Amino acid sequence: MQDVKAKPRFKWHIVVFLAPAVLIYTAIMIIPIFNTLGMSFFTDVDNRQVFVGWQNFNTLFGDERWADHFWNALKNNSWFFMIHMLVQNPVGILLAAILSSPKLRFAAAYRTVIIIPAILSFVIVGFAWKLILSPLWGIAPWLLDSVGLKSLFAPWLGLEEYALTTLSLISVWQFIGIPMLLIYAALLSIPEEVLEAGECDGLTGFSAFWKIKLPLILPSIGIISILTFVGNFNAFDLIYAAQGALAGPHYATDILGTFMYRTFFGNQLQLGDINMGATIASAMFAIILVGVCLYLFAIQRRLRRYQF
Amino acid sequence: MKLKLGMALMATTILGSALAATAEDVTITIESWRSEDLSIWQDKIIPAFEASHPGIKVKFTPTAPGEYNAALNSKLEGGVAGDMITCRPFDQSLLIFEKGQLADLTDLDAMANFAAVAKSAWSTDDGSKTFCVPMASVIHGFIYNKDAFKELGLEVPQTEDEFFAVLDKIKADGNYIPMAMGTHDEWESNTMGYYNIGSNYWKGEEGRLAIINGTQKLTDKPWVDAFKSLAKWGAYLGDGYEAQTYPDSQNLFTLGRAAIYPAGSWEISGFNTQADFEMGAFKPPVPVAGNDCYISDHTDIGMGMNAASKHPEETKVFLNWVGSPEFASLYSNALPGFFSLSNEPVTLEDPLAQEFVSWRKDCHSTIRPTYQILSRGTPNLETEMGNASANVIKGTETPEAAAERLQKGLASWYAPQQN
Repeated sequence: MQDVKAKPRFKWHIVVFLAPAVLIYTAIMIIPIFNTLGMSFFTDVDNRQVFVGWQNFNTLFGDERWADHFWNALKNNSWFFMIHMLVQNPVGILLAAILSSPKLRFAAAYRTVIIIPAILSFVIVGFAWKLILSPLWGIAPWLLDSVGLKSLFAPWLGLEEYALTTLSLISVWQFIGIPMLLIYAALLSIPEEVLEAGECDGLTGFSAFWKIKLPLILPSIGIISILTFVGNFNAFDLIYAAQGALAGPHYATDILGTFMYRTFFGNQLQLGDINMGATIASAMFAIILVGVCLYLFAIQRRLRRYQF
Repeated sequence: MKLKLGMALMATTILGSALAATAEDVTITIESWRSEDLSIWQDKIIPAFEASHPGIKVKFTPTAPGEYNAALNSKLEGGVAGDMITCRPFDQSLLIFEKGQLADLTDLDAMANFAAVAKSAWSTDDGSKTFCVPMASVIHGFIYNKDAFKELGLEVPQTEDEFFAVLDKIKADGNYIPMAMGTHDEWESNTMGYYNIGSNYWKGEEGRLAIINGTQKLTDKPWVDAFKSLAKWGAYLGDGYEAQTYPDSQNLFTLGRAAIYPAGSWEISGFNTQADFEMGAFKPPVPVAGNDCYISDHTDIGMGMNAASKHPEETKVFLNWVGSPEFASLYSNALPGFFSLSNEPVTLEDPLAQEFVSWRKDCHSTIRPTYQILSRGTPNLETEMGNASANVIKGTETPEAAAERLQKGLASWYAPQQN
């Protein structure tokens, strides 16, 4: 009877509560990103910024002096990512599986020890590993020597064929705690009843993990993969801390982040070029965007979620 | 009561500071990348200036060397840079001069104390305008462990054959690593290696200018031969030199584990405090006995004036003092290994520094070949020289292939090299 169908009141509190996050995020993320994208369409002519359209991208992909470096960095970056996917995540899952076993003693202590490197600064990790692997004062050659395996030692960080893999493994060492924690949490959330039901059907031990737990943690594995992808293609710090901006030896450890840094800020006698730097940053942005979208459409939507 | 006392105190502070402000000294600040020299500036150089120039206070505010160029550029853009700018040689400074951020100092009185060669690093390409007062150059050579040489009965080598003979003997003895250098940081390989021995091959200025004019190529004999000589170094470096960094090399030598250190004279003050053995120095050995010798006497550091300085007069007073013989002697002795570029001769007290500077008498001076003009393009010749030299030492690239690659890179953008 009464006409209560008046327009629903505008919910001001939503705007108010969202405002701080939106404003800060816009100011320190959205605007800089679009600024960077914009800068890649300009070039410097007599100290003035002039619009040149896609020319910087043509240079980056068409001029072999730039393209060689770009593809080298992308190739290295992909290898860096591969090592993380092949070593960090499987080992992380394995560690989580072991940790979640009720029979393990001191689980909390192991968990803490494994997560500690992830909270260390890159500078410390880079410097510490450089010292450990140093052929002059390092503990690695000394340890190998004490078990008679000195011949296995090589100055890994200085050799083109080993340096990138070595650094990838250092990064794996640093971040292995992250997938472990995420998977560990997912494993803990699997209800006992499911496992017990499986036990009644004869699934125990390894087959219980393979047939029950693994399918249930697949969404977490998906999340970890995409986090690894984004993290690796944005990586810069460890390489810079260990090898410097030149990402030596002979660009063997150059990844997109270091290539962008060197171009943007310059190095030694090479002057910084903000426009080409921004162009590389835009290319990185595109690569990550495409990667994440592929994942979202091709994989994430197909993952089955189970509710208990 | 308490309140009144407080008010009275406040009033005196305000009044006091107001009074002080009328007679306030002008404070001018120096931008620099030489953070190691902070105490020398604060304890020796600035007090000497302030004593003779009342009314001007000077502050030395250094940035880390790796960040200096980027930090300085953003400070200049933002209008917050100091009054005096410590100048890197050549393009880094030329660029900010062309942007109008460094003042033109061609008419500064102190400029009369410097030869054109000394000013070349801070002049426009045609030499008509100068924008920084030259402060110091660094000289390349080899520092050696005198005790080790005595122990093994070695003589200082004059020619390249003698040089490698000495290295062979040290290696055969096995007590010392013959030479402390690593290829990890790349710039060590070209700066301490290729440029150090190379000027004897390309005859210093003659070869350097020939590359700039396009009359010689990097694939010509002198440039390739210098790489060939460098290629022999790998055998005499320490175990795992591929991963040895610059600080590693310094420590290896100052701990007495290596006999010879391919050096720049800037190491002297650091080595003097670190090493507890006697050190000597020898100049880069000549390829053939009796040849003229050439040394890399590289203009490294100067000081200019921020065009936006609020105290241009005081800054000019300071810069004139920086160009004076008094500063030259003060600076060269406080920082042995940084040699004044002033026409006025300076008496040095440090024996090692004396040895380095004495080569200026017998040899022809040149600067590092890639610094003027040649490192303006992409790929950057200086950076490429670094990894080419490192590759040659490691043997992953032949001298000919390295030279070929460098020449191709240079010719891709530098017109005089394109025919």
